[in-house]
Amino acid sequence: MKWLDRQRCLMDFTLSCVWRRKGKNLGFLLVYTLIIFVVCSVIFFSNALRRQADAVLHDAPEMIVQKMMAGRQELMPLAHQEDIASIRGVRSVEPRVWGYYFHPATQTNYTLIGRKDFRHGDDAVEVGQGVLRTWGAVQEDKLYFRMVDGKALDLKIAATFSAATDLVSADLIMMSQATFRRLTGMPDQFATDFSVRVRNPQECTTIAEKITGIVPGARPILREEIVRTYSALFNWRSGYMIVILSAAILAFCISAWDKATGLSAEEKAEIGILKGVGWGTSDILGMKFWEGMTVSLAAFFAGVIGAYIHVFFFSAPFFEHALKGWSILYPSFRLRPEVNLFELAVLFFLTVVPYTFITIIPIWRVSVTDPDLVMRQG
Amino acid sequence: MIELSQVSKVFNPGRHNAFTALHGIDLSIKTGGVTVFKGPSGSGKTTLLSVIGCMARPTTGRIFLDGTEITGLPERFATLTRRQTFGFIFQNYNLIRGLTVLENTMIPAYPTGRNYQEIRQRALELLEKLKIESKVPMKVEHLSGGEQQRTAIARALINDPAVVIADEPTAHLDTELSMELLEIVNDLKNEGKTILVASHDPLIFESTAVDRVVSLRDGKMIDQETPR
Repeated sequence: MKWLDRQRCLMDFTLSCVWRRKGKNLGFLLVYTLIIFVVCSVIFFSNALRRQADAVLHDAPEMIVQKMMAGRQELMPLAHQEDIASIRGVRSVEPRVWGYYFHPATQTNYTLIGRKDFRHGDDAVEVGQGVLRTWGAVQEDKLYFRMVDGKALDLKIAATFSAATDLVSADLIMMSQATFRRLTGMPDQFATDFSVRVRNPQECTTIAEKITGIVPGARPILREEIVRTYSALFNWRSGYMIVILSAAILAFCISAWDKATGLSAEEKAEIGILKGVGWGTSDILGMKFWEGMTVSLAAFFAGVIGAYIHVFFFSAPFFEHALKGWSILYPSFRLRPEVNLFELAVLFFLTVVPYTFITIIPIWRVSVTDPDLVMRQG
Repeated sequence: MIELSQVSKVFNPGRHNAFTALHGIDLSIKTGGVTVFKGPSGSGKTTLLSVIGCMARPTTGRIFLDGTEITGLPERFATLTRRQTFGFIFQNYNLIRGLTVLENTMIPAYPTGRNYQEIRQRALELLEKLKIESKVPMKVEHLSGGEQQRTAIARALINDPAVVIADEPTAHLDTELSMELLEIVNDLKNEGKTILVASHDPLIFESTAVDRVVSLRDGKMIDQETPR
């Protein structure tokens, strides 16, 4: 109880001290909070994106098989569908027909998918929200395309994908396979690639090896590889953000170091007074500990809460472009709030703890000096 | 009872700028009463008060407080003794700017582990007794010299020390305020406190409140007298 009362008194005194230099401390707190806010936003955002991508890929086929020639992807002959389906362990082989369409008016690339079971017929398309936003003049609910032979093709927008799927559907234009082939000129005997589902995911590598033996130039891409690539991509982008921020972080570190280590003459005199009136070294260290904790905890919580609101309520408008990718067509979607406590703990130990300690060290140097110096001041 | 036996204090010992501030002081101070250490600047008054008040260790010699030696106490115990036994009134008050009169008064009691409200109540009582209760919420830099002095006295008394040490308490005060201070000193004496004052102000060492005057010069005791 006595210990608690003592800590409460030290805390009270610390808050009075922090408050009386409020201009300086609030300015510092603001910078500190901003750094935590930005770093935390990057962590929240890239993790949320990674989780979203994981969720999307969860239902993806175990394997995609492409055909390569001279190091370039080329169309996959449908004749190989049966060959792959006959491999033991393969559950199904689905030819996929997809590609890109460059729209010169908006200088934007869109993803085209042709489906065999497209429900809106050959004169219609289903588009993502991003297409509506960026295509330009969408008249009478129609999109005008230029076919491979140069002729115009207008297709009715029969439906749009919900905004919830924007991460994967923002730039998507879906149509029937026949329309796709007419638009792009893809021959009927070919597909872009095959999606392959297998019975036992453990056998993926073996099946992939067999496919490369049967189909000349086949390149099987496993789902795990895609997940790994996404993960590396998000890690790389958040790393890129952190590198840009490192200058700001470094400036903050210098400022924190200067503030924490460079005791002013006034602060030194005050420590002398406290020693003179009966405070011990441990009391002064305790007080400074609370001061460091108060400032850094306030900055930490304000930064983390601010980042949470920034990312999960407003979809990180400050740097979504850098983290989502370089594109004209950004998906707009709200990320699912989820916080990784381990990463928060790491951030806590990389910010709050070092700051608290660099606050204490110079004080310790001063507080172990003889208190009689205070008698000689003035 | 405070007893000093052959106490010397050397600053920067062993260096070319070594300086002996006290030379073999033998002194015995009874509990209660006012003792004034007088002498010119540099005579060792402040050093002697520091050594007695556990603020500095003597280089040689021994100091006893009520029969217990306090000469070589570890820092923690020296702090505890300083906090529990002594109250300090510094020459330039040494109040902490930016804090209120009340906050400054409460400072020495914070590490004691006493309840916050209890400390606050005690501080308010002292400030009322010293007639500056109206200044309680004011920041100390806005006080007059006399008010700062009273705040410093209240701060010195917050832990109810047996010994009050004052270093040149009238250095910044005019005659009227110095007389007021002497009244306060007299009241403290009547409460049974031991008061040690370093001063070269005749107003102090010639006061009727003073029980004993110890003269110092060049770090040595040259004379002791009991005024009346």
